[in-house]
Amino acid sequence: MKIVVLVKQVPDTGEERILDASTGLVDRDANDPVIDEISERALEAALSVKDRDKSTEVVVLSMGPSDASKAIRKALSMGADSGIHILDDGLLGADATLTAQVLAAALRNADADLVITGNESTDGRGGVVPAMIAEHLNLPLMGSLTTVNIGSASISGQRRNDEGTQDVSADLPAIISVTEGFAEARFPNFKGIMGAKRKPVSTLAAAELGVNIAARTKISSVETRAPRSAGSTIIDEGQAAAQLVDFLTTNRLI
Amino acid sequence: MFELTEEHQAIVAMVAEFAAENIAPHAVQWDQEHHFPVDVLAQAGELGMGGIYVREDFGGSGMTRLDAALIFEELAKADPTISAYISIHNMVAWMVDRFGNDAQRAAWLPQLCTMETLASYCLTEPGVGSDAAALSTRAVRDGDEYVLNGTKQFISGAGASGLYVVMARTADTGSAGISAFLVPDGTPGLSFGALEKKMGWNAQPTRQVVFEDLRIPASNLLGEEGAGFSIAMKGLNGGRVNIGACSLGGGQAALDKSISYLKERSAFGAPLIGQQALLFQIAEMQAELESARTMVWRAADALESGSKDKVRLCAMAKLVATDAGFSAANTALQLHGGYGYLAEYGIEKIVRDLRVHQILEGSNEIMKLIIGRIAIDS
Repeated sequence: MKIVVLVKQVPDTGEERILDASTGLVDRDANDPVIDEISERALEAALSVKDRDKSTEVVVLSMGPSDASKAIRKALSMGADSGIHILDDGLLGADATLTAQVLAAALRNADADLVITGNESTDGRGGVVPAMIAEHLNLPLMGSLTTVNIGSASISGQRRNDEGTQDVSADLPAIISVTEGFAEARFPNFKGIMGAKRKPVSTLAAAELGVNIAARTKISSVETRAPRSAGSTIIDEGQAAAQLVDFLTTNRLI
Repeated sequence: MFELTEEHQAIVAMVAEFAAENIAPHAVQWDQEHHFPVDVLAQAGELGMGGIYVREDFGGSGMTRLDAALIFEELAKADPTISAYISIHNMVAWMVDRFGNDAQRAAWLPQLCTMETLASYCLTEPGVGSDAAALSTRAVRDGDEYVLNGTKQFISGAGASGLYVVMARTADTGSAGISAFLVPDGTPGLSFGALEKKMGWNAQPTRQVVFEDLRIPASNLLGEEGAGFSIAMKGLNGGRVNIGACSLGGGQAALDKSISYLKERSAFGAPLIGQQALLFQIAEMQAELESARTMVWRAADALESGSKDKVRLCAMAKLVATDAGFSAANTALQLHGGYGYLAEYGIEKIVRDLRVHQILEGSNEIMKLIIGRIAIDS
């Protein structure tokens, strides 16, 4: 089985991230770039298939600036077999539709039985790219799964919605997106780290994928969130409990 | 050599993440409860930390001494005691790899590299420390066996280890009469003293190891008969670099905690970091640790390349790094005031843990003896 995992490099979630108000883009220099945690969970799902069946081939696919090679390298150190890096300055700040189109074009040549991706990235949080890719490739999408069972010809899994849970299944090839319910990724071991540089990574430009770079989304304006005003402080002079209850009642919080 | 490669950075990042997740949150508790976390050691083993510079054919990671120094520093930022134990285990695994025959390597290395089996190093005796060539544990050849009698002192991991590498006397010819033996746990005649009560290093057991008419097959001799002292000294070169790296990690963690504390703690109306006298202490800690780090890396590189300078460089690295680490931790305690003295903040533990690094793997006085003798002889 061949599994392609979509991997995104994002600014470190542990730090405060900055949106550049003039461009509407994330300031990538403001934070350390890391592999998105949800991408790591997607990769872990693929690697657990490889643990059971060594013949499984795991390819990571990432679109991003030259620095994204580090995210790919980390995925390779964790156990993926090869990487595809879509690197094109014209794709800087690509919107979801263009991103999906580019990734779909790369996947069209990848001949994957299964595509695994996170349900939404930690930075953009659009959550639409998996569905758009599925549409481009005419593949069944099992989105936002909390569990999955990957068989050789079909997959099944569970997704949660407001009413309850849904049991879903599809024949392969298919695309799935995973949520935080999936297992945390393994640590790369030393052998993996040392071996990662020997694994192949191909670099592709948008033109090589036959994609015409044109964003379909326009950002009309970006505004900085107003700073939070200080809350009111209640000093306990014997009446604090009553004042708290008043506050909560007035604001319809209880 | 002074810039870490992308690969080094990936190794450091992985170890830092592993240690921050699995070691640091428990370090104070393990110290308080004297808990030896063999389960976490096995996790470290899975990642390749049981045989860092052991060759790859029997499960080693095949990495360099510099890689090892970087790894031990990162582990020690989370807990110097755990890092130091892993470094001792690695020294023993390396001895088996470097001096063992293929049968011994095949029998022991796979389980040592995964840390399913832990290892202890038995050199010091109750009456013999720095003067290791005077050791008195005896191994007498009897047919196809050796019979061991004697007592080893201050043995890390004793009682929990599966393998003991034991230095014992096979002839009364001083250092030339010492041989190294592989003693598996469970061998009749092997017993342990009570757990030692210590100032620090509480997350690993320290006991006496006692041999009473203990019989092992002659095939458990590691290297040639009479080669034991040379094996012990070669092992200690690496052990010194490693323990230096452990001190750097502990000292760096204490420094990092101090910087955060001085930034957030206010006195006399302003954050403490604004006091130049305190800022200078931070600067001194930083400069001493960084100089020692440079020395540790250089010694690791000399050991890796087999440089003729390696003995003195390893001794210098051990001396300056263990002094710098302890000094940084002790200063950090002072900078933290009363909080530094409380166990909860983790600073006093670092001070207690790092204190012994100035004593073991050859005391710092012995390091000066080595450095001084080489200086006047050359």
